[in-house]
Amino acid sequence: MIQYFQDFFHRHGTALSIFLLVTVGFWIFLMIVLPQAFMLDFSFRFNLPPAKVGGPEDVYTLSNYKFMVYGSAGNPDSFNVIDVTVFFRTILAAIFVTVFDLALCYPIAFYLAQVAHGGWARLMVLSLIVPFWVNEILRAFAFRIMFGSNGVINSFLITVGIVDEPIDLIGANIALYAGLGYAFILLMIFPLYNAIESLDKNQIEAARDLGSPWWRIHWRVVMPFAKPGITSGCTMVFMLSAGALAAPQILGGPSSLWFTQIIYQWFNTGGNWPRGSAYAIILLVSCIVLVLLMMRLFKVRLGEIGR
Amino acid sequence: MSANVELDDVWIRFGDFVAARDVNITIEGGEFFSFLGPSGCGKTTILRAVSGFLAPSQGHVRIGGQDMAGIGPNKRPTALIFQNLALFPLMTVWENISFSLEVRGAGKAERRKKADELLELIALPGQGDKFVNELSGGQRQRVAIARALAAEPKVLLLDEPLSALDLKLRQHMRTELRSIQQQVGITFIYITHDQGEALTMSDHVAVMSAGVIEQVGGGTNVYDHPESAFVASFVGENNLFSGKVSKVSADRATVETNVGNLTAATPKRSNGAKLKRGDDAYVFIRPESLKFANGSNSFDNTIKARIVQQEFEGNLWQVFLDAAQGKHIKMSMVNDGQSLGYDSGSEVALGFPSELAVALPRGPLAAE
Ligand SMILES: Nc1ncnc2c1ncn2[C@@H]1O[C@H](COP(=O)(O)OP(=O)(O)OP(=O)(O)O)[C@@H](O)[C@H]1O
Ligand SMILES: [Mg+2]
Repeated sequence: MIQYFQDFFHRHGTALSIFLLVTVGFWIFLMIVLPQAFMLDFSFRFNLPPAKVGGPEDVYTLSNYKFMVYGSAGNPDSFNVIDVTVFFRTILAAIFVTVFDLALCYPIAFYLAQVAHGGWARLMVLSLIVPFWVNEILRAFAFRIMFGSNGVINSFLITVGIVDEPIDLIGANIALYAGLGYAFILLMIFPLYNAIESLDKNQIEAARDLGSPWWRIHWRVVMPFAKPGITSGCTMVFMLSAGALAAPQILGGPSSLWFTQIIYQWFNTGGNWPRGSAYAIILLVSCIVLVLLMMRLFKVRLGEIGR
Repeated sequence: MSANVELDDVWIRFGDFVAARDVNITIEGGEFFSFLGPSGCGKTTILRAVSGFLAPSQGHVRIGGQDMAGIGPNKRPTALIFQNLALFPLMTVWENISFSLEVRGAGKAERRKKADELLELIALPGQGDKFVNELSGGQRQRVAIARALAAEPKVLLLDEPLSALDLKLRQHMRTELRSIQQQVGITFIYITHDQGEALTMSDHVAVMSAGVIEQVGGGTNVYDHPESAFVASFVGENNLFSGKVSKVSADRATVETNVGNLTAATPKRSNGAKLKRGDDAYVFIRPESLKFANGSNSFDNTIKARIVQQEFEGNLWQVFLDAAQGKHIKMSMVNDGQSLGYDSGSEVALGFPSELAVALPRGPLAAE
């Protein structure tokens, strides 16, 4: 460790090294560690009026976490049905969005990285990026119109004659999944692209020459090689989907809540910051644990993601 | 289980660029056949047409008599060893070797057994559980060969597989490749720009230049009886004298060069073309065919020259001389334990018999 710092100083010179260490340290501490520490602290406290903060009643408690699991004291059920269901539904939906994005983006990334070249590839990348100049809210509302009962999709389905009545795409959450899936497409494509691009074309040809059908080439050669990219893409998409707020707010069906909306309600309308913090921390920790478990399952080391 | 390979009137174009022009070659089943040519002459392109990664723009590739048009690389009885080997870095050595069995759905025990057999063949027993990056260059080379052989191809295609190795290892692997080929008995098609490799290993060599097959023949045939100026200048070292043909007989031509009249053999060329009086021609004579002319011998050709430098290489003396009009000449003599008998600066006469020299029409030469 000391050796590492000596090398670091030696390589960049004292002034630059100090600058780098101080700014990065400052960034990590002030922007990441400190606010999260406040949230963590909050989550273990009672929701007291300002006058009592710091007073004798301001002690640590697990009540906010207990509330998430068991609900209020008068709850007739054995656990907090609404919040727990919403929590698991959110996690499952985020997993679904992630898998959907992976299935959608892998072929695109493979095509861009290994098949397309020159101007055509650049054009494709451009046409993937430019739509994201449109801001999130606008995009979400545009999706709402598109998936509405008079929207393009329903009119198309009716014209072609697949259905007679418009389908409630928003109520069925299809609009929400499509919106979320689309929102994070780039975060999936680019890590995949990066990983696949560095794969030697000869590897693919060698597998083909040895008789392999295309699916086995992907399964045995391309995907193992792209595993770090797949992991970082999936991690980002999963974390951001589980933590999304605007898309569920706008595109979600009337009966379906996203867990972030509950958190938002505690902070905002509920005015209960400690409880909101506890809920947010539950979401954060669960997501991290899930991601680490998945990485364990697929034998990816944390260091590989950074490649 | 070998198959012959026929290239019948094969043309390969990339847009306007012709990478292979009217290639007609028959490679016998079970032989070691090399394509020899400088970088960029289209060797890899031809190999890709045989392995199925590239469809000829025109003509036919036949393997074992069967036309390969429309048959993909994964369905052909060929296996290709890539210029950079292309071993799978995330699989162990034995998984690499048995990949083609995995593709065919063989069980683990069977795959492992086959891999172990092949590891035996390539003299790497017990190394199956290593990863590729834990092997040395020469060992990787052998694993690539084993991986290709595991597919039980009838034709093995090798794209300069030894080019990344150092000289010693390369020479060792040449012998090894040849003996593996004799053991498995399948057709080897080998690509190289190294003439030493092509000559030592092959039954037949095709010399290529800019997409054209210049000459096909046994190693000695190509070396001793080049049919074009390109082959003469590319295969082995040669002294070149240019001039005009002044006389032709049945199998000799005399060329007026600036070091005097030289008479040389005129090879039978496969395209039937013959030198005529007044043609521009080259005379090629190998450094080892030149001798000092003195009272005890007589030659039908002599050149006067002055020794500029002598280099001792152990088994050989390399002698560098200047002839009339600053023409450089190189001569190699076997070291027989006697001194050369001449000092640098001596004026000498060089002689050679006409049958050891060739006269060929002027044409493109291999770049130095
Ligand atoms: N896909 C392609 N598109 C256009 N031109 C190509 C393509 N592949 C090869 N060529 C051209 O064809 C010629 C022959 O290439 P090839 O790879 O067969 O050479 P080579 O003899 O194998 O050379 P080396 O010894 O350097 O490997 C080269 O001039 C190359 O630029
Ligand atoms: Mg090549």
